[in-house]
Amino acid sequence: MSIQRNDWSLQRKGIIDQERHKDRVKEAIRKNLGSIVSNEAIILSDGKRTVKVPIKALDEYKFRYNYQKAKHVGQGDGKTRVGDVIGREGRPGGGSGSGQAGQDAGADYYEAEVNIDEIAALIFEDLQLPYLEEKAKKAVQSRKTQFNEIRRTGVIANLDKRRMILENIRRNAREGRARFGNIKKEDLRFKTWEEVMRYESNAVVIAMIDVSGSMGEFKKYIARSFYFWMVRFLRTKYDNVDIVFISHHTEAKEVTEEQFFTQGESGGTVVSSAYQLALDIIKHRFRPSDWNIYPFHFSDGDNYYSDNEEAVKLADELIATCNLFGYGEIGEEGSSSYRRSSGALLSIFSDRLQNKDRFVGVRIDDKEDVYPALKQFFGRRGVETPA
Amino acid sequence: MEDREIKELETAVEQIWDVARDFGLDPYPTNFEIVPATVMYEVGSYALPGRYSHWTFGKAYHRMKTMYDFGLSKIYEVVINTNPSYGFLLETNSPIQNKMVIAHVLGHVDFFKNNSYFSKTNRRMVESVSTHAQRMMEYEFKYGRKTVERFLDSVLAIEEHIDPYFFIKREVSISEEKRREEHRHKDGRYDDLWLLDERRAAKVQAGGDDSDKESEKTPQEQLPEKDLLFYIMKNSPSLAPWQRDAIAMVHEEMEYFVPQMQTKIMNEGWASIWHARIMRALDLSTSDHIEFANLHSGVVSPQKGQLNPYYLGYKIYEDIERRWNEPTAEDRKKFGRRGSEGRDKIFEVRELENDVSFLRNYLTEELCEELDLFVFELIEEEEWTITEKRWEKVRDQLVSNMTNFGFPYLQVKDGDYNGNRELYLKHRYEGTELDMRYARKALEHVHALWGRPVHLETVIDDESSVLHFNGNEHAED
Repeated sequence: MSIQRNDWSLQRKGIIDQERHKDRVKEAIRKNLGSIVSNEAIILSDGKRTVKVPIKALDEYKFRYNYQKAKHVGQGDGKTRVGDVIGREGRPGGGSGSGQAGQDAGADYYEAEVNIDEIAALIFEDLQLPYLEEKAKKAVQSRKTQFNEIRRTGVIANLDKRRMILENIRRNAREGRARFGNIKKEDLRFKTWEEVMRYESNAVVIAMIDVSGSMGEFKKYIARSFYFWMVRFLRTKYDNVDIVFISHHTEAKEVTEEQFFTQGESGGTVVSSAYQLALDIIKHRFRPSDWNIYPFHFSDGDNYYSDNEEAVKLADELIATCNLFGYGEIGEEGSSSYRRSSGALLSIFSDRLQNKDRFVGVRIDDKEDVYPALKQFFGRRGVETPA
Repeated sequence: MEDREIKELETAVEQIWDVARDFGLDPYPTNFEIVPATVMYEVGSYALPGRYSHWTFGKAYHRMKTMYDFGLSKIYEVVINTNPSYGFLLETNSPIQNKMVIAHVLGHVDFFKNNSYFSKTNRRMVESVSTHAQRMMEYEFKYGRKTVERFLDSVLAIEEHIDPYFFIKREVSISEEKRREEHRHKDGRYDDLWLLDERRAAKVQAGGDDSDKESEKTPQEQLPEKDLLFYIMKNSPSLAPWQRDAIAMVHEEMEYFVPQMQTKIMNEGWASIWHARIMRALDLSTSDHIEFANLHSGVVSPQKGQLNPYYLGYKIYEDIERRWNEPTAEDRKKFGRRGSEGRDKIFEVRELENDVSFLRNYLTEELCEELDLFVFELIEEEEWTITEKRWEKVRDQLVSNMTNFGFPYLQVKDGDYNGNRELYLKHRYEGTELDMRYARKALEHVHALWGRPVHLETVIDDESSVLHFNGNEHAED
C-alpha cells in the first residue's frame, strides 16, 4: 500500500495516438474531397476559416445491434406507465441516450473541423493552370525596394544592429576575449537595398451563367461551388484576379456577384448573347495581350436551336482570345442519364468547335461531380476534351 | 499537491484499508498514484497503461480530454486489476474525494480478486500489454505503420467476439499436449510416427480423405466456434505470422477485459456499497461528511430515462442483504433462511455471479417497482415509448440486453464454405436485428482478415438472410 506521485511529464502516449487519429481524419478528408468540395458549410462559409464537415470513413465498424429496432430498459421517476412517450427519435429518454449504445448509435458520422485553406491546398495539389503565358506578366509593374545586401558603409538609419553585435563579438574574440563592447567603426554593418521591378500577373474570370427557366436552385448551387474554388485557385496563381459576372437568358447583362448567384430565373436561352457580351468586355477592358482570360460558362445546355450556329462561332472567337474556355453543363440533380436532345450544347461544342485544345467541357449531374470537373478544367494539359 | 497532503493521504489509505478489512473485504495490496488529468485520461482511454498504439485510443483520449477541458465530465478514479493493484487519483481531487475514491477502489480490487469470473485473469497484465506494445512497434517498424494500423482496424472490428471461457480450451489443449508428450516418452522415441498412422486410419474409417491436405484442413467437428478471433487466427488462409501474432495479442487483452464487461453492474454496485460504508465508518467532520454525501449521491442516483449501473447494482446488493437479514416467514419456511445472513450472502453473490445471473436471480418484483424500471422501444420510427412494465418482462429484457456483454452473438459455422475455404458466420438471432450498415462494413474487415469470400447469416425483417462480401462487392439473399 502506498501513495505515489511521480513525474508524468514525459508521458505522451495519448497525445501521440491523438496525432494518429488526426492523420486518419486528414486521410479521410482526402478521400472525401469529392463531397467536401461541394459541402454547403464551405461554399457558404462566408469568410470563416474553419468549418465542420461530416466525414463518413472514420467510424469504428463493429457488429452491433440496430439501436432503433432494439428494446431497451430504462428507469423512471416512479410514475411511468405503459404508453408514455419518453423521447423523440434521436434523443431517447430526453437525455443523451440510454446508455452507451444510444450515444454511439446516434452519431453515424464523424464531424471533423477542417480549415478551408487546408482543403484548398489539398484540392489544388493536383491542379495546374493551363496556358499561363509570359505576356501577362509584363502587364503591371510596380517599384519595390528590397533589402538584400549587407555592406560596411551606409546610412546610419539602416544599421543592422544584430550583425554589428556579431561582428563586434567576433573581433573581440580574435583579440582574445569573446564579449560585447568597445564598438569600433569596422564592426558596423549596413543594410542596403535594391530597387526591383515587380511584375504582376493578372487574370480575369468571365463567369457566365444561364438563368433561364430551367436553371433551378441545385444547378445554381453547383455553379456557385465551382466558381468558389475556381476563384480561390486562380488567386494562388495570379496576383490579381478580376471576376466579371454575366448572367443571361435570351439576353445577357453584366451583374454583381450577389445578383449572379441569387437572381430569379425566367425565359429561354440564347447562349450567344452571353458570348457576345463577353467578347465586348474583353475588347474594351481586358486586352488579351495583357490579361490571362478565363471565360467559364454554366448552363443546362438547353439552347435555342436556331442559336447554336452563332454560339459555336462566338465560342470559337472567345477561345481565340483566351487562355482557356470552360463550359459546364449541369444536369438534373441525381440523374446521370441525360436526355441528349439536339439542344444539348456540350455535344455540339464537342463536335463543331475549331480549337478544342483550349476548350474544356464537362457534365455535372451531382454535387460529387464538382471536384472531378475542377480537375478537368485545371488538369494537366494534354487531357483530351471529353466527348 | 503538497507533501503534507500526501502524508495525510498515506495515513488515510492505511485507515481505509483497516476499515475495509474489518468489513471483510479482501483486496490485493493497492498502490495509489496521484496523476495529472492528461495521464488520468490516458489511462482511462487505453483501459490499461502501456498498451500498443492505435488511432482509436487517440480518438477516445481526445474525446475524454476535451470533455474534461470543457468541464462536461470528469473521471475521479481509474483502477487496474493486477496484483498488486493500481488506483489512479486525479491530482485536483479534494481530500474527501480522494478518500472516497480510495474506498471505492478497494471495493473494486476486492471484487477483482474474489469474483469467480476473474479467477483466470492474468494479474500481470500491465507487463503483458507492454510486451505486446513492444512487439507491435517492432511490426510497425518492419512492415510499416500504416500496414499494421490497417490490420488492427480489422482485428478490432471483431475484438469482442471471443469466448469468455477460452481458458477451458487452452487448458484442454495443454493437457492434450501433455498426454501426447507422455505417450511419446513411455513408448519410445519414434512412437509419434505410429500415432500419425493411427490418426490417418481413424480418418479413413470415418470416410474421410486421407491426403495430407485433408488433415491440415479446418477441424469441422469443432464448429460452431464462438471465438471468431481465435478461429481466424488459427485458420485464416491468408495471414502472415506477424498478423496471427497481432491477433493473439488482441485476443489475450480481450480475455483480460471480458470479465470486466461481464460484471459491470455488480462491480460498480459492490464498490459503491463499500465506499459508502467505509466512509461512514471513518470519523469525518460534519463539513467533510456533507461533501461526501454530495459526492455519493452523485454517483448512485437514478438518472431519468437512463439506467445507472452504479445505482442498480447498489440497490440490488442492499436488497439482497435486507432479505437475508430479515427473511419473511415464507423465506424461512421455503428456503430455510435463518436471518442475519445478509453480509455472508452478499459476499457469496459477489463471488459467484456475473451481471446476467445477478439480475436474473436477484432483481425482484419489489425492486423493479421501486426503481420504476420499464422497457421502451421506438414506435413508428418516431417516438420512444414505454411498452412494458411487467417486472418479469423487464428483467428478462435487461438480462437479454446484457447477454454476451451487449454484443450480437456470432459464430463461425463453416471455414470451408462452398468447398472453397470461404468463411460462413452465423448471427444467433434473438429478436434484435443487426445494424446493417455497420454489419456490411464489419464484414469487409472480416474479409480483410480471412482473405477469401465471407458470409454472414442473420435475420432481416423476420426473414433469414445471408450477407455476402467477396472483396469487391456486397450481396444479400
